[in-house]
Parts: sequence; structure tokens; C-alpha cells
Amino acid sequence: MKRRFPLLLTFLVFGYAFLYGPILSLIVYSFNESRLVTVWAGFSTKWYGELLQNDQLLGAAWLSVKIAASTATGAVILGTLAAMALVRFRRFRGRGSLQVMVTAPLVMPEVIIGLSLLLLFVAMQETIGWPSGRGQTTITIAHMTFAMAYVTVIVQSRLAHMDQSLEEAALDLGARPVKVFFTITLPLIAPALMAGWLLAFTLSLDDLVVASFVSGPGATTLPMVVYSSVRLGVSPEINALATIIVLCVSVAVLIAGILLYRQEKRAQREQNMLNATQAADVAERAQASR
Amino acid sequence: MPNPRIFKPEEPWQAPEGEPIIRIENVSKRFGDFYAVDDVSLHIHAGEFFSLLGPSGCGKTTLLRMLAGFEIPTEGRIFIDGQDMTAVAPYERSVNMMFQSYALFPHMNVADNIAFGLKQEGMPKAERETRVAEMLSLVQIEKLASRKPHQLSGGQRQRVALARALAKHPKILLLDEPLGALDKKLREQTQFELVNIQERLGITFIVVTHDQEEAMTMSSRIALMRDGRVEQVDPPRRLYEYPASRYAADFIGSVNLLEGFVLSQEDNRVLVRSEEAGIDLEVIHSHPLIAGTPVTLAVRPEKVRLQNAESSLPNRLRGVIKEIAYLGDVSIYHVELPTGKRIQFTQSNIQALAEQPLTWDEEVELGWPANSCGVLEQ
Repeated sequence: MKRRFPLLLTFLVFGYAFLYGPILSLIVYSFNESRLVTVWAGFSTKWYGELLQNDQLLGAAWLSVKIAASTATGAVILGTLAAMALVRFRRFRGRGSLQVMVTAPLVMPEVIIGLSLLLLFVAMQETIGWPSGRGQTTITIAHMTFAMAYVTVIVQSRLAHMDQSLEEAALDLGARPVKVFFTITLPLIAPALMAGWLLAFTLSLDDLVVASFVSGPGATTLPMVVYSSVRLGVSPEINALATIIVLCVSVAVLIAGILLYRQEKRAQREQNMLNATQAADVAERAQASR
Repeated sequence: MPNPRIFKPEEPWQAPEGEPIIRIENVSKRFGDFYAVDDVSLHIHAGEFFSLLGPSGCGKTTLLRMLAGFEIPTEGRIFIDGQDMTAVAPYERSVNMMFQSYALFPHMNVADNIAFGLKQEGMPKAERETRVAEMLSLVQIEKLASRKPHQLSGGQRQRVALARALAKHPKILLLDEPLGALDKKLREQTQFELVNIQERLGITFIVVTHDQEEAMTMSSRIALMRDGRVEQVDPPRRLYEYPASRYAADFIGSVNLLEGFVLSQEDNRVLVRSEEAGIDLEVIHSHPLIAGTPVTLAVRPEKVRLQNAESSLPNRLRGVIKEIAYLGDVSIYHVELPTGKRIQFTQSNIQALAEQPLTWDEEVELGWPANSCGVLEQ
């Protein structure tokens, strides 16, 4: 295919421009000398230096990462348990309502989730005295609530496609149910757990609305800091921080891509090897029957 | 049908004092309102190659799963080796199962798959390795020890599944359609291997199959099942020659069924009047029958022979050849009697390219010996 279609090329350029234009301009302006974001005044890395001094911004970033990590871990545990219950136990009291409730956060507006959790936390504090005040704990719990729904859906579909006779075979060979779960089920649904963990991590890191409702003084996540400072005028420090985040994500995506590519290569090699041995088997059998 | 088994005069199930290794007593399994297994009682003896045969949905797999412990009977009891195992968990039974899908653990290689059960019972590593090597050589896949299941062909996977199920040296091995996923050539070859392995190890095999030929080739005894019930339990030969019901006669091989009623019985010689045949038929039957009892006569197509001038077979029937099916080894002829009833008979094609002696619309006279015919009372 030597001939290029000019129209197609235009579409491509526009597509890339829409996707990467904003990010590119953000990166470029992070190296701007000027305090005003919209005016270019020469190249400088001073905002990166200032960023390292800005404890508020760094603290918020660190808090967000901590919340995202514990949210993801908690959501994976809870989501896996819910998925196991839904897939493995055909009939139990409240199965239908669990199925609906567990996926409700997927469709419920974030504002409603945030508000309802805030009301719950306040009521709980008044009646049982926990959680005392709002902060990191309440944000983590709130994030787990909706992230768990995504994990449940992912793990549920993986479990449903898993051959149940694998678990039966393990039981038959003398492994107790708990052992079966850890030696057979868990390794086989590991890819789904990994995907669920990453998704929950991203959702938590990304969330502004729910966190705004349930956070308290002293617990400000990164999106909250960025949002509030943007209202006072964008600081180039935020550009610098965003650039670093984009860099981290790009590196992660690149590594994942390389790993995936290698895995595919290996699978292909194994397939070739299998085909070769099967051909040999057929030849052997043909010879034997002659 | 070839049968590799040599029968000893005294089979274990004929010795009344022998304690069976499996006693299934009045077992039923209900799912909702549906009886998957309905009041089944069976005694299976040590060293048997026992088949549960029947069409899909007849309850054979459910019965097998109850022996493995994956289902608990709604009613009745199951004794294994004299112990009540009705509600014992699968991981506490000295029974192993080979699954229809093979259920090989995809994240473990062949050796680890085979060693899995041994690890669960805490066998030391050195001993475990010896046992795995022994199993690999038993099923002749020594070279594949480090492969993962997805790198194996169907036949190889089947061998790994067998080796894994045998690794713990169970007293009883349950096999759910063990040859179902293999192609025809490989299946025939593997049938004999399974029998050889079973005889060498002396383990009791219980096989679920829907393939009557497979059951006939391998089994010491077959339990023919239908709608959750056991129709007949007999060695393959008896099941074929003396089916106890129309269903049994029809399920295994092909058969000519002739309706009629008993005219008279002298000693064991019974005269049956059949409207369908148009004549009175003679048959040997030792059970006393009352005159007038409706019966069905079952004659296998290969027992029906062409009559000629010298032969003195009873049951002479005249008819016209309506259809001929050439199958290579044999030809099947459909003969229409004056009454409209069709009788099938087979002839071996002994000589290659010989002129076919029989052709369409030819009139023939058929007959069969009085002792080659079954009498079905239901």
C-alpha cells in the first residue's frame, strides 16, 4: 500500500491533536520561565525546583497514592469475595439484592455516592463514635465502596468462565477447600485481580467528587489541591507535577507493552513447538500402523 | 466386537459371600422435582471394570459424582470398602476421578499436575518424584514432564489426566467419558490401553460412557441406565445375547423385534404366535410362561440366516429384499415380509469383489435357530 489517502491522513492528524495536544502544551508550559501560564518567557526548569519545595502539593500527592493503594487492595479483597459468592453459590438468601447492590455504584452519580456516604459517616460518628472525624480513613472507605463494584464485575466474569471441574479435581485429589482456593482458584483469576487492582487504583487517584464530600481538614487529595488552586489561577508547579505524572504513566504503559509483546512471542513459539510435536506424533503413528 | 478380557469361570459378582468394594443402596438424587438418579442399588466388586452406560441425561454422571463425593444422595446410602461414605467430602475419600474435560491445572506443568495429589497427602519429595516418574512411564509420556497442558495434544492431555488420577494409587478410579474427546482411531487404541492398565494395577475402574461399543470392549460388567434407573446389569456378552427389555435390546446393537403371544410351552420349547411374522415362531426359553402372555421376540440381524434346500432351521419366513446397505465388512439387508414387517439380516463380505449373491426385489427365505432368539416379557 504505497498510496496515501489525504483525507485519512487528515483524520489521523486531528485525532492525535485532540488526544495529545492538551498534554503536550501542558508539558511545554511546565518549562516556562514566566509565572503566567499563557505567556511564554523562555525555557526554565525552576518550577520543578519549586515543586520539590512545595510540601502541600507533594503531601497531597503522597496521600492520594496511599489512599489509592489501600483502596485498590481493599476493593480487590472485597470484590473477589462478592464475586465468589455470586458465581459459586447458585442460590442463597439475598443473592439477587447483592447482585444489584454490588453493581449499583457503576451507574449511580458520584455526587449521590459522596453525599450518602457523608451522611452515613456523620450519623455513625454521632451514634457509635467511629469514624472520629473525616479524613484519610473515610476517603479510603468511600473509594473502596465504588471501586469494589468494578472489581466484582471483572472477577465475576473471569470466575464464570473458569472450568469448575478444575476446583473439583483439586478437591478430588485431597486438597481442602481453602487450599483449593489458594493453589488453584487464585492463580487462575490472578490476571483479573491485577486488572481490578489497577482499575481501582486509577479510579481512586482520579476521584475528586466523592473525596470532596467525605474528606475533612488535613486530608486533601491531589485532585482537590489541583482543583482549588486552579480556581485561584493555575500555577506552573501544577504543570510540572502533571508532567511527572504523565512521565510515570508513559513508562508504566511502555513496560506493560513490552511485557505483553514478549508474552505473545513466547506463546507463539510454544504454539509452533506444539504443532511440530503433533506433526511428529502423526508421522510416528502412521509409521507404526504401516 | 473384540473383547480383550478372558473370563474366569467364577467371577467376583457370582460369589455371594464376597464383600463388594462399592455398595450402592437405594440411592436417589433429586434436583428440585426432577429425579436424576432414582432408587439405584448396585454392588461393584474389587478389580472390576464396571461401566455405567446410557444416553445423556440418564443419570450416569450424577451417580458417578455421588461416588466421588461432589453430590450427596437425597436418599439411600453408599458404602465404599465397607464404610458408609454417603456424605463424606471428596477430599476425604480414597477414590479418584478422571474428568471428562480432563481438568488439568493450566498453571502447572505435567509433573506438577501429577504430583498435586501426592503433595496434599504430604508425601516426601524424593518419594514423590519416583512416583511421578513411575506414572509418566505407565502412560508413556516421559518426555512431556515439563510441558504445560496447553502445549499438549488431546491424546497427551488424556494421558496426563489418567496419570494424575492414578498417582495416589486409589482403590477405585472413576472415569467420566474418558475417551469422549478423542478421535475415533485414537479412541480404539486407547480402549485397550485402559484395560491393560486396569488389569496391571488391579484397581477397580468405574467408567461412565454413552458409547455402547466402548462399554462392550472394555467392561467386565455394564449397568445399562435409563431415566435415572438401572435397566440391567450384566457382562457385555449376556447383555447383548439376553437383553432383559426392549430398551436393552434396542440400545445395544441392532435387533429385530417381533410382537406375539405364547401359544404353548413344552419343557423349554415355546411356541409364539406372531401376527407380524405371519407364522408361529419357535424359541428356547427356560422360564415358565403362561399361554396367552404377550411377549416380544428379539433376534439379532447376524443370527438371521438365509435358508436353502438342505438347511432345516425352524422359523421359516419368506420375504423380498427391499434395501441393501454395504458397510465394507458386512452388508445389511432389509427384507419385507408379506405382513409388511421388515426383518434385518447381515452377511459378511468374505470375498472381495465377489458378485453380490443377493439383489433388490429378490425373494428369499430366512430363518434362525430357536436358541438364538430372546424372549422379552415387558
